[in-house]
Amino acid sequence: MPGAFEGETVTRRGLMTGGALAAGGLASAAFGLPALGFALGPNFSRTEPHRWQDVGAEGDFNKASYVQKIIDLVADVGDAGKTTIYVRKYSRAVDGKTTDQPYVAISNRCMHLGCPVRYVQAAQRFICPCHGGVYGPLGQVDGGPPVRPLDRFYTNVENGRVLIGPRFSLDSNFKRFPHPRDPSNHLDGLWQYLYPARPTT
Amino acid sequence: MARPRLPKPPSPRRTPPRPGTNKVVNGKKPGLKENAAEAGIATVGWLDERTGASPFLRGFLYRKVPKGTNWFYTLGSATMFAFLNQAVTGVFLAMYYDPNPTKAYDSARHITNDVWLGAFVRGMHKWGSTVMVLLVFLHMARTFFFGAYKYPRELNWLIGFVLLVLTMLMSFTGYLLPFDQRSYWASIVGINLNSSGPIVGPYLADFLRAGSEFNSVTLSRFYSIHMLLIPGAIVALIGAHLYLVAKLGTTAPPWLKAEKAKELAKEEV
Repeated sequence: MPGAFEGETVTRRGLMTGGALAAGGLASAAFGLPALGFALGPNFSRTEPHRWQDVGAEGDFNKASYVQKIIDLVADVGDAGKTTIYVRKYSRAVDGKTTDQPYVAISNRCMHLGCPVRYVQAAQRFICPCHGGVYGPLGQVDGGPPVRPLDRFYTNVENGRVLIGPRFSLDSNFKRFPHPRDPSNHLDGLWQYLYPARPTT
Repeated sequence: MARPRLPKPPSPRRTPPRPGTNKVVNGKKPGLKENAAEAGIATVGWLDERTGASPFLRGFLYRKVPKGTNWFYTLGSATMFAFLNQAVTGVFLAMYYDPNPTKAYDSARHITNDVWLGAFVRGMHKWGSTVMVLLVFLHMARTFFFGAYKYPRELNWLIGFVLLVLTMLMSFTGYLLPFDQRSYWASIVGINLNSSGPIVGPYLADFLRAGSEFNSVTLSRFYSIHMLLIPGAIVALIGAHLYLVAKLGTTAPPWLKAEKAKELAKEEV
């Protein structure tokens, strides 16, 4: 090997250069990798705990029309962490086999890009103000760009009080996906594999 | 008998004055004006002697430009000054702004209504952002229509493309910060647009939100990206962009034909 002494496989200069580069790389990795992990950390853990929220007595709700309630999605961030939900008692005639929950609690998050939909009683439709999404009374897509029915929340009744639990998503046949997906994520057929469940939900 | 000795060398006179200092012109001592000018020159000279910057600066600032260079060639500098405006006003806005979801709106309102010149500085930042985006596109159009992206300047076109993307990201992350209804819902929609990309989209949205929902650290995350991460990258890339401009020179406008040397022109006839 040119430049190396007898029996050496690497020149001394080459070893020093490599050593200095390795030390620099190690030092950069020592602060770079933890910083990267720090920034990406929330991607790999559940960020919001599951909890049950009391929204009123059973008598406050009925089978025929939706009652509007406000719950916390995220605590301690003020209005930014609150959301409106539409709650109605399960009705065999209306809901049939689309749900096994004692109450139907529909999220107001539009499944196009997440704007807040409102229920218009006269039209019996959920209508989104942003891009014209329209949903039927069960939250199924009636028109516009949304890709799946409105999300719902688990419900429970305890001591005569209605409790609202975690969110879940539905495909267009009302099949439940316990790990909720973001708005804009299709869930029918093969689409569900393009929008996988994430560790955060 | 005394030995002969060499004559002693002449004793040195006191150190002669450095040229240019304390000149006595026509028997007059330098006045205040001369001394002030002298101090400036001396300071620059002191710095130049120690940094050797003047050849670099001469090459950078006095480089030759092609015939036909016109006002369109100032769009790049205009973009840079728009960025500098954003940087300076942004630094000072950060002195009053509080990236806390329950306080951000009030701190922005406080800047506009209470802080002296607050509405002006915030206005400079807000309108300056639109100006910067416009100038970026005009600068890009100039480069495109003048063919200035061609060999050997392709790398500078690529750096410019990255700068364009970074400018867009600045617009996206900055839009949330006033934290009023419009900026909140626009950011929700923007994040969900990211989520619509297959496979990686939902993870990207989780990264932007720092979780599955808009939460207590989403705003500070946007703030940090907006005022530390991307500006740092933009400054570095503007440096590289300018280095290549100075290194490669600018192009002549496409309507100017290259002048042939006279001898060559004769030969062709």
